[in-house]
Amino acid sequence: MKISHVKQDINITPELQARIDELISHYPADKRKSALLPVLHEVQDAHDNWLSIELQDKVAEILNIKPIEVYEVVSFYTMYNQQPIGKYMFEFCRTSCCAIRGAENLMDYTCNKLGIKEGETTPDGMFTVVGVECLGACGYAPMLQLGDYYRENLTEEKMDALIEECKNGQVKLH
Amino acid sequence: MGQKILLEHANVPGIKTYEVYRQHGGYRSVEKALKSMTPDEVVEEVKTSGLRGRGGAGFPTGMKWSFIDKKSGKPRHLVCNADESEPGTFKDRYLMEYIPHLLIEGMITSSYALGANLSYIYIRGEYMWVFRILEKAIKEAYAAGWLGKNILGSGFDLDLHVHCGAGAYICGEETALIESLEGKRGNPRIKPPFPAVSGLWSNPTVVNNVESIAVVPWIVNNSGEDYAKIGIGRSTGTKLISASGHIKNPGVYEIELGLSVDEFMNSDEYLGGMMNDRPLKALVPGGSSVPILPAHLIYKNAEGGDRLMSYESLSEGGFATGSMLGSGGFIVYNDTTCIVRNTWNFSRFYHHESCGQCSPCREGTGWMEKVLHRIENGHGREEDIELLWDIQRKIEGNTICPLGDAAAWPVAAAIRHFRDEFEYHVRFPEKIKNRDHFVAEPFEKVKHLVAKQTV
Repeated sequence: MKISHVKQDINITPELQARIDELISHYPADKRKSALLPVLHEVQDAHDNWLSIELQDKVAEILNIKPIEVYEVVSFYTMYNQQPIGKYMFEFCRTSCCAIRGAENLMDYTCNKLGIKEGETTPDGMFTVVGVECLGACGYAPMLQLGDYYRENLTEEKMDALIEECKNGQVKLH
Repeated sequence: MGQKILLEHANVPGIKTYEVYRQHGGYRSVEKALKSMTPDEVVEEVKTSGLRGRGGAGFPTGMKWSFIDKKSGKPRHLVCNADESEPGTFKDRYLMEYIPHLLIEGMITSSYALGANLSYIYIRGEYMWVFRILEKAIKEAYAAGWLGKNILGSGFDLDLHVHCGAGAYICGEETALIESLEGKRGNPRIKPPFPAVSGLWSNPTVVNNVESIAVVPWIVNNSGEDYAKIGIGRSTGTKLISASGHIKNPGVYEIELGLSVDEFMNSDEYLGGMMNDRPLKALVPGGSSVPILPAHLIYKNAEGGDRLMSYESLSEGGFATGSMLGSGGFIVYNDTTCIVRNTWNFSRFYHHESCGQCSPCREGTGWMEKVLHRIENGHGREEDIELLWDIQRKIEGNTICPLGDAAAWPVAAAIRHFRDEFEYHVRFPEKIKNRDHFVAEPFEKVKHLVAKQTV
């Protein structure tokens, strides 16, 4: 994924700082770097689900490590987004077990309905559709990940309903 | 009805909570171990049980424990591998989501056996809601005095935390997992040194799968000998199987090892047979990395003996006619499945998940994906099949971690057992334009075309 130069408002609220401190406390005092992955998740969740270079620099400062140590991790793991994405990101599993139970067709259906291609975001910034690799829900295919939760045993009707729920602000992401 | 060890209480309402779990005998193994057993006695019970690592490799758990370096005097760690990412596998998630305290109890008893005072559960980042379930359960266990300082007045201290990954299959490899837990990219380490000597923060570390750790309480409460009575031969105990694909009842099942594949597939207690009663075409019995089996080698081995759900029986015949139990990711394919497309799908997965350290894997997985994509989309050449065989052979055994082998095996097995399907794709590109080509016209109906054409 390409990095983005879009400006991001950075706001480490007291609640977020408290959560970060809690996560850091799970590791020995001289091993703060170990908290990097969980901290990045929390920080990303609180910043519209993406991590700008400036935000990554901020995480480096919080953990007292070099910025490159954050960049190399962010670019390695697929769950960290390096550019702005839609408020609701539908991540369709498309690996074997999901593929043979209709994942590809359902992803196409969703893309057509939203008027975008896989990997794109709707112009209003509401929806992104991406195909991802195995999410560990093979027996409940087809499925997708939305925020912290899975939506499983999907059908076109359930997709329609989910999109409506998102539009109406009824979906809990975290 | 097979004996249930892990899922015995799975359907008890509220078993997710500490109170209900405790009422059903939860945390008894911690009491028993800390009050009446030495750490070495716990290790001995696990050795006697014959328990083999449930993550996929099947290495004896008790033996792995006995390798931990106790002489150096460095702090020791137990790390639970909950990075479950092998396509076809979703059993650990089930255990953690529905009976989180079973894993926590297992972590305490096992940490005591290893002399670990700081342990972690490493869970894949996508299972974020399960991460929160475990966080809550750990807090409950601290509040009830099962974690922290001087547990039950025994003098044993243990801190346990849950750590999340962020989307990387390779972190299921134990040294990559340790790197990731240290806040780095998930690049596997060169072994030796093994984690038992130099693991997390260079300290002696044991990494075990969720299911392996969750069964320790039962072994301690009963005995290793009792556990070894269940199962067949060197495949002792029960195993969780994640079943998916074209079957009537996908889901997670606990079976006694030694159950016949036929009974598991077709009885109503388990998978209930094929979805829509379509013919069975192929089976991947142990997660995407293990060789795919064609229909005639699923219920019977090459010698005509019954195929059983055990480490030994599933691998009978070696890779020529057998496969592996692996992680228990049981993927069933019916006659509408395109093996070429499915193999391309797996190769895309391994290409995406290769960490990029070793050239044979980094480059080879990419080439396999490209060549398979070309064949599947009607642009293949006859010599591509040999080319694929050559690439997979050059990856296997030439990388520092097993991801290379895992990427090579499915391609080799697909060519070995379904070569005519590859030939069909190359020779009849106009017939495979639609990605659902075998849904309309299963390969069985057109395979005679391949035989007729001589090249």
